[in-house]
Amino acid sequence: MTDAAMQESYTTPDGRKIGGVVMEMKNITLRFGGVTAIKDISFDIREGEVRAIIGPNGAGKSSMLNVINGFYHPQEGEVWFRGEKRGPMKPYEIARQGIARTFQNIALFKGMSTLDNIMTGRLIHMNSGIASQAFWKGPAEREEIANRERVERVIDFLEIQSIRKTPVGSLPYGLQKRVELGRALAMDPELLLLDEPMAGMNVEEKEDMSRFILDVNEEFGTTIALIEHDMGVVMDISDRVVVMDYGAKIGDGTPDEVRRNQQVIDAYLGVSHD
Amino acid sequence: MPAEFWFGVEVFLNGLMAGVMYSLVALGFVLIFKSSGIFNYAQGVMALFAAQTLVGIQTGLVPFSHLINAAFGTKVHHFGWNVPTFAAILLTIGVMILFAIIVEKLILKHLVNQEPIILFMATIGLAYFLEGFGDLMWGAEIKKLDVGIPQGGNLWVEESTAFLGGEGFYGFYLDTLDIVATVIAIVLVTSLVLFSQYTKTGRALRAVADDHQAALSVGISLRTIWVIVWSIAGFVALVAGVMWGAKSGVQFSLSLIALKALPVLMLGGFTSIPGAIIGGLIIGVGEKMFEFLIGAPFLGGATENWFAYVLALIFLVFRPQGLFGEKIIERV
Repeated sequence: MTDAAMQESYTTPDGRKIGGVVMEMKNITLRFGGVTAIKDISFDIREGEVRAIIGPNGAGKSSMLNVINGFYHPQEGEVWFRGEKRGPMKPYEIARQGIARTFQNIALFKGMSTLDNIMTGRLIHMNSGIASQAFWKGPAEREEIANRERVERVIDFLEIQSIRKTPVGSLPYGLQKRVELGRALAMDPELLLLDEPMAGMNVEEKEDMSRFILDVNEEFGTTIALIEHDMGVVMDISDRVVVMDYGAKIGDGTPDEVRRNQQVIDAYLGVSHD
Repeated sequence: MPAEFWFGVEVFLNGLMAGVMYSLVALGFVLIFKSSGIFNYAQGVMALFAAQTLVGIQTGLVPFSHLINAAFGTKVHHFGWNVPTFAAILLTIGVMILFAIIVEKLILKHLVNQEPIILFMATIGLAYFLEGFGDLMWGAEIKKLDVGIPQGGNLWVEESTAFLGGEGFYGFYLDTLDIVATVIAIVLVTSLVLFSQYTKTGRALRAVADDHQAALSVGISLRTIWVIVWSIAGFVALVAGVMWGAKSGVQFSLSLIALKALPVLMLGGFTSIPGAIIGGLIIGVGEKMFEFLIGAPFLGGATENWFAYVLALIFLVFRPQGLFGEKIIERV
């Protein structure tokens, strides 16, 4: 597509509206000592789309999400969010800007219940000061009730009512992943970063998770960037795909375009590099 | 029931109240350790500094008076006013909050990703610094702390229990100060637990205590949380300092109460607020009862000095995480 066309919104065949570019990575290079994790990668994410980032293990996909999230700062390159170049920001400032994240190895608050975990997602929207909280009655209580309502809706949506009060550390892996998704959703993010949301799930759980991701995208128009290894899922639910291998970008386009890209096929089949 | 038995009950009650005083100190440690993994060696000195500041503000002492006098040859010591207790307490809380902000800005911010041992050493340095700074600011002489809490044996308790035990038994001797300290400690702990469980900031504190990375990605600013935690620990230190200071005067030895908190922490676990209370009660009762039942009759007395530490040692061998420490839930 031409640059001008990239800025135009369009409607997909199934009725979702895809807007202009919301996040753009320009020539990102990330090094850890002698290892270059990301080599001069540029791609963009459009508003309302489901963008998949795929590639063999060790390609640098999680590192790329960490750069978007603010946990890593690239040595070279720029990150543009909502049309503005992003200066060096702390992860919590980026979270407050509207970017939510789930982690490959699950970063939940293991000692807290499901409900408390998802409530922490609402923290950035709650404004009462310490004094009014200590006093409790009045603004603090009202705020708590209003946000609790929102969290209950997220819990309903993800069908995890039965485990609301269970400490998260004792839940099975698949449910923990769902709770983590719930916490990210509770933040009302503009951009949702999912790091291998389907890892370790069976077919039924994957279908559930795919349905949740698509529902979030359709109902709330949330832009989604996800790292995923299951090719079936990727081809089914994403609008566009970025393919990484050994820190470089080897493919970028619709699932069909990427599927036919010889470099991508070689990377997955393990053809040796020069 | 022989008088001996009732005397034993009195020792038990005094043990409970002594335990509460220990818990007050241990609580400050738990708060900071829970949310930042730092063992705050300076907690005892913070209690001393808070008590010194309170007395200084209350009696209208000129801060740094010795320094000013030495530098300018003046002889100022007092402003000449007396600040009412309630206002003095509020001002001291303000000072402790300021202290928390300065500690965060100058120490914690720069050591964020270091090993816990390095942060621990930083708090050792902070302890020595604060000790000297407190003496410089308010003078090192022993000060009397008077916040209006009555002291001495409570007559009401003594008279109403005199009927037990028959002849020669004079009723329970319970110090009023201890009774007041117990009530205040109960209120303090209950409010802290409620705050931590039900408010948004309490949730954020628990989140930071659980997983720093996850807390960052949910939009929690670690630095703000650390200032809040150190402020609350400072407030707890003030309460502990006031209680202990009223008992034995505000002087250097006040900072040594931190040492007594260590066995409490080992028993109750470093990360549990209820654990600090129960650990304190066990140590307090254990100490006094051991002395009463075994120490005085058979071992020549003075077992109170070492009993707590021996008990903690035993716990370290058999249950190092304490009774309530750390998460027990783990999926393999």
